[in-house]
Amino acid sequence: MADRSRLCSVWLGSETGILKGVSLSRKQAFNFCQVSSLSRDQEVRALCWADPAESELLVGSVNGTVKTFSTEKGLFTESRSCGDPAEDGAFTGLAVADGALVTCVESGKLRVWKEESSVHVLEVDAGKSVWRMRQSPEHRHRVATGGKENGLRIWDLQRPEQPVFAAKNVRNDFLDLRRPEWVRDMAFIPGSDKVVTCTGHHEVRVYDPASPQRRPVLEAQYGEVPLTALALVPGGTSVVVGNTHGQLALLDLRKGLVRGCLKGLSGGVRALQCHASRPVVASCGLDRFLRIHSLEDRTLLHKVYLKSRLNCLLLASRDLEEGEAAEEGEKKEVKEEEEEEDEVWDAMERVEERGEPKRKLTGEEEEEEEEEGVRRKSKKKRKKGQD
Amino acid sequence: MYTGREHGNRRNTTEAPKNSQGAAFPPTFSLSEVKNKQRRHLMFMKLKQEKRKQKMQLKKKRRKEREALGDKAPPKEVPKTIENQRVYDETTVDPEDEEVAFDEGTDEFSAYFNRLTNPKVLITTSDRPRGRTVRFCEQLATVIPDAHVYYRRGLALKRIIPQCVARGFTYLMVINEDRKVPNGMVLCHLPDGPTAHFKVSSVRLRKEMKRRGKDPTMHSPEVILNNFSTRLGHTIGRLFAALFPHDPQFVGRQVATFHNQRDFVFFRFHRYIFKNEKKVGIQELGPRFTLKLRSLQKGTFDSKFGEYEWVLKRHEMDACRRKFQL
Repeated sequence: MADRSRLCSVWLGSETGILKGVSLSRKQAFNFCQVSSLSRDQEVRALCWADPAESELLVGSVNGTVKTFSTEKGLFTESRSCGDPAEDGAFTGLAVADGALVTCVESGKLRVWKEESSVHVLEVDAGKSVWRMRQSPEHRHRVATGGKENGLRIWDLQRPEQPVFAAKNVRNDFLDLRRPEWVRDMAFIPGSDKVVTCTGHHEVRVYDPASPQRRPVLEAQYGEVPLTALALVPGGTSVVVGNTHGQLALLDLRKGLVRGCLKGLSGGVRALQCHASRPVVASCGLDRFLRIHSLEDRTLLHKVYLKSRLNCLLLASRDLEEGEAAEEGEKKEVKEEEEEEDEVWDAMERVEERGEPKRKLTGEEEEEEEEEGVRRKSKKKRKKGQD
Repeated sequence: MYTGREHGNRRNTTEAPKNSQGAAFPPTFSLSEVKNKQRRHLMFMKLKQEKRKQKMQLKKKRRKEREALGDKAPPKEVPKTIENQRVYDETTVDPEDEEVAFDEGTDEFSAYFNRLTNPKVLITTSDRPRGRTVRFCEQLATVIPDAHVYYRRGLALKRIIPQCVARGFTYLMVINEDRKVPNGMVLCHLPDGPTAHFKVSSVRLRKEMKRRGKDPTMHSPEVILNNFSTRLGHTIGRLFAALFPHDPQFVGRQVATFHNQRDFVFFRFHRYIFKNEKKVGIQELGPRFTLKLRSLQKGTFDSKFGEYEWVLKRHEMDACRRKFQL
């Protein structure tokens, strides 16, 4: 379990309540679920890293529990109940700020929980309906919320009475009718205060709290169906959006133009994330596939079938997926070579007893340092057998 | 004999230098160069007969060789068909897969498959249907037990759905009509189930069917679902299965078949009779039509804001002729 969870670079939560880890280099998917009791009320709605070192995941389920999963051990270590789903609805966002857990539910209640207590320390009413809550990667105490007929609001958890920024709806249209608003997903643009949102009315809007206007600074449209997910490309000038038809588009935020589309998805997109260093974007949705597209040439790099509908996704930034693949590739080659060359090594040992083993040990030690230690046990056994 | 006398001179002049080169270059002569239609036709018939003769000779030779070898003959080659060459779909459901079994066991159809509800279908059309569509709906209502046909008075589907749920309907079927012919079907599973949108083609009403039997009786038919192998296929198969009551009445000897081939679902309704233990006689009753899935949407009908589980994207999906989705 532990070695399997250490290999996974992509974590996904599904509707059946199973946490899935995917190792792209090995092209394998692993299921991590608690005991063998699966039920639909454990459907995973929110995923986030519990710490910057990405050794623990927080999994928020429909029944109001937040479970902690350790990637080192491959087990669910804790579970805490945060709220009552009957009156609150499901989780729409999870975040960790200064060691406290921040949760947001569909009914609009944004709560901060301290460790090991089942009563929240702070509660903020973020409107009547909230569809997404996201945390700013630079200022960890700032969160943004938005929902149906509930515009974008940025909250500072240290001063929770008033939102830091509350967006105003755009002007009435040419018939002087109020334009409906429905914020589905948002992201904080690094390097500035700006926030980009995507709406259920197929619009992408950029807000700038630093400027005096509360209306969007930039508005772009894409498609005719609601946009459900948004991911910022590192660099901050473009954004990937997905809609309910499974169309993924790369939009440029400087002028609001569509740069290109990523093809392949056949079902609605539920979650998108761009990798921190490599130009790839991972997408998952209702068609039960995890797809990794390259952002440079918009081709599909990986496609993994995971048998349940997928709700949320997290990419690990600690090792590069392809870098891990390269290491894994080396490990694999090494392993195959080792198995094939076992006889060769044996032969060599018999010839020279002192020189060869030392050289072999150092060579293997170097390989071990590169590896994540998966095959240490087997190697040691092999060495013992040969020695 | 083939060379026309008109071309004789030209052919001689062209043949001489070619022969002198050494490589024997057969004079390419195409039948289309002959201007006389009768003569051209005769030459073509002769060519076809020649080809056919050669083919039969080859076949005979092969058959003789096969008989001569007897048991050691190589196995007969299977001709390649598109179904044979189908690209393996990774979403094909493995019967022993627990996760998929759990997913199916707890999906929106679980209420039907756990025998908690009985199907009750509301059939309606798009607004102002013409005769053919009306008759199609009536015939569908005789095929599906406990089906009710209602006239669509221009009502919005999103408003009909809560009323249907309140009255205990489990399915809403809307037949769309275009130019006096049914061409689409929206099948919405009611409490909060998926909505499938199909393209309907080749509708044959009862009176257009040759050698058909008498009208179907009120007995519940048996249901046959063929070839729904992928995960999406399973969902659609379950969607069709939940239209009919659980226990078929074998007394009625009626069977409804949904046969999936190359992503087209063929619906047929037959009455069967066992003449003896090995022979069955069937007569086709009822309407027949073909369906092609266009989209499967999660939740009840909401084409604008609903989330789609699968959408037909023709240009992406039709690129490979051997890849099918259902």
